[in-house]
Amino acid sequence: MFIRKLHPHTALYATHALRSFQEELMLGCYRILDLTDDKAFICGRALSDFGAEVIKIEKPGGDPARLKGPFYKDIPDPEKNLTWFAFNANKKGITLDIETARGQEIFKKLVETADVVIESFAPGYLEGLGLGYEDLSKINPRIIMTSITGFGQEGPYRNYKDPDIVVRALGGLIYTNGYEDRPPLTTSYIHTHCLGAMNGAVGTMIALSHRVLTGKGQHVDAITQQALDIVCSAEVEGPYALFEEIPTRHGRARAAVTLKDKSVFYNPLLWECKDGYVALNLLLNPASAKNNLSMMEFIKKDSIDIGSFEKWEWQTKSWEDMTPEEANKLMEILGEFFMNHTKDELLKLATDNRFQLGPCNNAEDVLKYPQLEARGFWKEIEHPELGTTLKYPGGAVMTTQGYCGIRHRAPHIGEHNDEIYQKLGMSADEVLSLKESGVI
Amino acid sequence: MARKPFEGVKIVQLCWAGVGIYILNYLSHYGATTIRVETATRPDPIRLFAPYAPTNKEGEPIGLERSAFFSITHTAPEYGICLNFKHPEAVAIFKKLVAWADVVGEGFPTGVMDKLGLDYEGLKQVNPEIIMMRTCGYGHTGPMADQPGFGSILTAVTMMDTIVGWPDSPPVPPSTYYTDQLSPMYASLAIMAALDYRRRTGRGQYIDHAQIEAGLNYITPLILDYQANNRELAANGNKCDHAAPHGVYRCQGDDRWVAIAVMTDEEWQSFKQVIGNPDWAKDPKYATSAGRVENSDELDRLVEEWTINLPPEQVQKMLQAVGVGAGLVANAKDLDEDPQLNHYNFYRELDHPYMGRLRYYHPDPIKLSKAEADVNRPVLLGEHTDYICREILGMPQDAIERLRQKGVFD
Repeated sequence: MFIRKLHPHTALYATHALRSFQEELMLGCYRILDLTDDKAFICGRALSDFGAEVIKIEKPGGDPARLKGPFYKDIPDPEKNLTWFAFNANKKGITLDIETARGQEIFKKLVETADVVIESFAPGYLEGLGLGYEDLSKINPRIIMTSITGFGQEGPYRNYKDPDIVVRALGGLIYTNGYEDRPPLTTSYIHTHCLGAMNGAVGTMIALSHRVLTGKGQHVDAITQQALDIVCSAEVEGPYALFEEIPTRHGRARAAVTLKDKSVFYNPLLWECKDGYVALNLLLNPASAKNNLSMMEFIKKDSIDIGSFEKWEWQTKSWEDMTPEEANKLMEILGEFFMNHTKDELLKLATDNRFQLGPCNNAEDVLKYPQLEARGFWKEIEHPELGTTLKYPGGAVMTTQGYCGIRHRAPHIGEHNDEIYQKLGMSADEVLSLKESGVI
Repeated sequence: MARKPFEGVKIVQLCWAGVGIYILNYLSHYGATTIRVETATRPDPIRLFAPYAPTNKEGEPIGLERSAFFSITHTAPEYGICLNFKHPEAVAIFKKLVAWADVVGEGFPTGVMDKLGLDYEGLKQVNPEIIMMRTCGYGHTGPMADQPGFGSILTAVTMMDTIVGWPDSPPVPPSTYYTDQLSPMYASLAIMAALDYRRRTGRGQYIDHAQIEAGLNYITPLILDYQANNRELAANGNKCDHAAPHGVYRCQGDDRWVAIAVMTDEEWQSFKQVIGNPDWAKDPKYATSAGRVENSDELDRLVEEWTINLPPEQVQKMLQAVGVGAGLVANAKDLDEDPQLNHYNFYRELDHPYMGRLRYYHPDPIKLSKAEADVNRPVLLGEHTDYICREILGMPQDAIERLRQKGVFD
């Protein structure tokens, strides 16, 4: 039921659907121990989407991140944490106190059975417990350890605190965000470490590929600051490397263009419309003449006076041919047009005419976005304990071999203790006594 | 010589525009042999993205080899061949490359490859075990399959343009092409998983990467919050609902800022020490997180009275020394000079035949203990056309010349 059809008209899927799930999962042969905190849950989640068996290890009593909102129905309950739901789905969950000697012993036993350990503690923490990469590779030379932090395992910032806003600032993503006359802006949705964590997932796969050739595991150092630098590198580093120019912030505009009088004009990206905002990628060059001309026709249908743009030669002219007055007039025209229409109307216009225009969706919009619906993107996942199902984003890719994406809800605290520990050779009594002594 | 992670993996790529190259860099940096196929008759738009390195001669056209945008993003070793698919001979050569390859990556809107018979079904006939990764904005099925998808629009579609802003003003984009850099990691994972799976089963496959779908996988909590609590995210400037001070504060100098996040009561005690235990900070309303969050407007003003007289670098050092999160709000120059990024040799300096010596060629944001990333300047258009035809496809030189005369390699 999780197979998303790529070619509904071919028989390809009929045969695949008959195969068992385990066979369908591309990375089903790998076991991953996940010690991350909420910064990096998404790393193990992404690998589990491709079928790896990911075991989330929490402190007895539950991960502290379970106590941060948002919660299902706003009920502050560690079993109703929505961030936990989102990024720990597909994983198994066990509890283990790795700060106790017995806990460390059990963890090492688990490492013998595993391919990968992922973690996001402060650098040095696991070494301090005798559980660093060097220690674990003595137990299992094939083990790969992936460490995800804001700044990395070495260097002058190694011991820096790395809250979201601080890493984002030092990664270059805040300075160019916001309005000229106000402080630069960070994101209101805390997700910055997901970039480092996703690089950690890719690094893990690189190390697994390497292991096929060398037979040995290794340590992967995944760094959010560098992942952010990649995001802004082309935009901010090019002008600096070539001309020592420092790009700054211009509100809703990001792209700087040069006008006829050589002045710089900031081409707005976001526009207000009747019921929200839309993004427009306005390309003013001969290659885009056809699109721009037909956009003008739609604008005229609204009885908007396009003034001198009636006679503008779209086929030959670019921003470089426009005076600042003309540029401002064009912005006025577009602004008036967008305010006449809703996001839905503008989406239809864009789709029908291949305009580089898209709605600034919110959650409500995205859940009914026609393209995603047509592709069967959203997946209903059962939460029997809540007596409900929730829609989750489907797989990040569609594949013809092996399902990719969500299969089941995130684990409850210690949900798989019995299964995992008994497979490790412990008796039910032993598991019970570990529970009573607070090790699990 | 130490073996590289993707040693022996052969990739052919036609990754038009932004996303494909980020996907494949991870493989090409770590040992894959990658051939970039393009044509000067319809150049990759990124080759035409400003800023450009100036030319030495007056009146010389900029050409297709001087975009800094292109060279910052194309930092992995690749071979380059030009093939103009208007000629059936070019399509035939491409199919020979497909037969040679393990992975084909492409980044056109749906339809471009299909019209040439080079969709997955077509490729499979040439090489049944091929792994084909196709990336585009909206995915390769559905009513928007053939729409061009620029990152600036996809960022809006995936809700990313609602996450940065002040409560009293329109939102601002988090970055111009945010999904272009968020979505690739999923497709890289898919290719690597597919290679691993093929090694065990002998089966190739087709990977359909819709950049909006990969992008939405980053915002699952917001989707769940809407369903569970009927709540849409309200952008809230630089504030945090469970910590204060939390924000961006003006410092000494022109447009200089520092980000500070005091996440716990313990960190608040350390913070107070660093700012010299002023009387106002002793007010019991600031003693707890809840109290500080409630009074954060006033608190932010008081914190800024302290930061305004200091350079951001100094605030960062003073606070980090006592375990409080603080970092300067880095601009292009700060990034270039950042001691941590430079410790990791993140700005590799390389020569480029058209652009000169530049220091911005990045490896990936990961460091492996047993594998080095190979970082290169971008391949020039058709730089290795002859080499590829001769050495990889075994074509005789006179046949190559004949095809060149016909314009097959334009």
